[in-house]
Amino acid sequence: MTATPATTAATRPRSEATPARTEASRPRKRPRSRTRFAPYMFVGPAVVLFVLFMLLPIIYAAYISFTTYKLESGGIFGTQVQVFAGFKNYIAVFQDQALLTGFGNLALYSIIAVPLTLGLALLFALLLDTPGVRATRFAQTAIFIPYAVPGVIAALLWGFMYLPSTSPFSYITEALGWGTIPFLEQSGIYGSIGNIAIWGGVGFNMIIIYTSLRSIPAEIYEAASLDGANEAQIAWRIKVPLVVPALILTGIFSVIGALQLYSEPTTLKPMTDVISQTWVPLMTIYRNAFLTDDLPGAAALSVVLALGTVALSALVLWLSGRRNKGAQS
Amino acid sequence: MTAVAVRERANLHTRKGKTWPTVILMIGALYCLVPVIWVFAAMTKSPSELFTTFSFLPGSGALDNLGDLFSYGGGQYGMWAANSLLYAGVGGVVSTFISTMAGYGLAKYEFKGRSLIFYSILGGVLIPGITLAIPQYLLLSQANMAGGVLSVLLPLIISPFGIYLSRVYASAAVPQDTIEAARLDGASEWGIFLRIGLPMMLPGMVTVFMLQFIGIWNNFLLPFIMLSDQNSYPLTVGLYTLLSKGSGTPALYSVAITGAAISIIPLIALMLFLQRFWRLDLLSGGVKG
Repeated sequence: MTATPATTAATRPRSEATPARTEASRPRKRPRSRTRFAPYMFVGPAVVLFVLFMLLPIIYAAYISFTTYKLESGGIFGTQVQVFAGFKNYIAVFQDQALLTGFGNLALYSIIAVPLTLGLALLFALLLDTPGVRATRFAQTAIFIPYAVPGVIAALLWGFMYLPSTSPFSYITEALGWGTIPFLEQSGIYGSIGNIAIWGGVGFNMIIIYTSLRSIPAEIYEAASLDGANEAQIAWRIKVPLVVPALILTGIFSVIGALQLYSEPTTLKPMTDVISQTWVPLMTIYRNAFLTDDLPGAAALSVVLALGTVALSALVLWLSGRRNKGAQS
Repeated sequence: MTAVAVRERANLHTRKGKTWPTVILMIGALYCLVPVIWVFAAMTKSPSELFTTFSFLPGSGALDNLGDLFSYGGGQYGMWAANSLLYAGVGGVVSTFISTMAGYGLAKYEFKGRSLIFYSILGGVLIPGITLAIPQYLLLSQANMAGGVLSVLLPLIISPFGIYLSRVYASAAVPQDTIEAARLDGASEWGIFLRIGLPMMLPGMVTVFMLQFIGIWNNFLLPFIMLSDQNSYPLTVGLYTLLSKGSGTPALYSVAITGAAISIIPLIALMLFLQRFWRLDLLSGGVKG
């Protein structure tokens, strides 16, 4: 800090107006010097927490995933020591049949939940944005409400609405003589869990797409409607292409969200036999870490899942970037 | 005559054009409200009515259910609710403040390491917090912190998405000229942030707070892993344990249903209240300050 009075005076003409005692008590700093430390003060707490609770756990999990516990003689029962295991845990991850089934379940669920959530969110957003539609305020709030309901509670609510003895839907079909609806059986479980996620996710995604629609200037539509385009054509040809960035964002959130599926099947598990302890990968991670005490296995699977998510998100981004470029040229 | 007919047809056309979107939206609204309506109907039913009467009909057991709920496990439900409020409230406020500070710092200053920090945090957005839960548990149990309140709070305070949103909002809402002017007036950097930056960023902060509050309130896996003492459970974990016990004793179903119904009231109220203040256009990048 080579502060010279000359530069201070030159760059900060008004500093002369400040009381003289501060000038006298310590040499006036160069104006830049205090903004040199300020940003670190602002970002510091976040960076410390980021390192401690995101970076460090990832590094630690990666480290554990390459180790294994080995029993060594010594003491009465021997002692467990952690030894380097190479890719052993990763190979085990990909050879675990239950886990592969789990990824299959997750894929089936995602194929149902992600497109339907986004499709419905886009549909509702476009309808909200259609001039002349009534009760939009009510509809917007009602559709958004499930976002405030935790996944566990949502699964609990829907679970009871699926359970043959309490289901209002099965009550009706039974009264009609069609029997109960197999919500919680193998044939219906993907749709049932997908429905819980769709119910919880549509509103949030709808709001993102809707706010993005609202930022489009109305003049753009006027030309189109003068040309005789109807609302549906305007929606599909003009609005949808303009909200593609919002769709990409919601798409990435939905994919990340889908891979985190855990609360819903875990909550439904006591109600049905078809959800196993390893029904989705996160449930397998939990089992490995807490029920079978296979921490290295759990860590390896966590790393695989985290990398998989990042890779998928990057893929979505890349694909959408390529599509956009294609559309422009 | 023909002119009238034409106008009538045009009217019919526009009316039809507006009716269908409204109807579809109402179906969507109904779909979203049905489980909420159901749970409030079900919480009024006695355990025997729950399995016998049509779901949406109210029953006669509301008060008994409420009594059972609040006396369950020596008043555990009240404790779970208080815990949820504590975790989500304190976590939400602290997280919002730290995110706002970081977003402001990243948006308003040029400094060494800025890009590195920003892109690391952006990468953090893509990593599902939940896959970090087990590694976080392993690390915190090494530090003998697992099981405590902090083990649930601290990992949830860092919110890459919140920092990202705050940065976007700070760039749009806090003019650089205002900061420069305050600097010339001799205000400290911290003072400028508190007195000028924060008020300007308030709508963005409400948004970040809502997202964080709901995110923490809804979190299940992290407290499920970290906590072992039933009295420090949040509502999600508490109701889950209630439900899994309920599969053996159906009488607990009514308690779980009543607990679920009561637990969603404050959150829906909060959301309806804050709805007008928050800026979700932040999420779609449509911020105009």
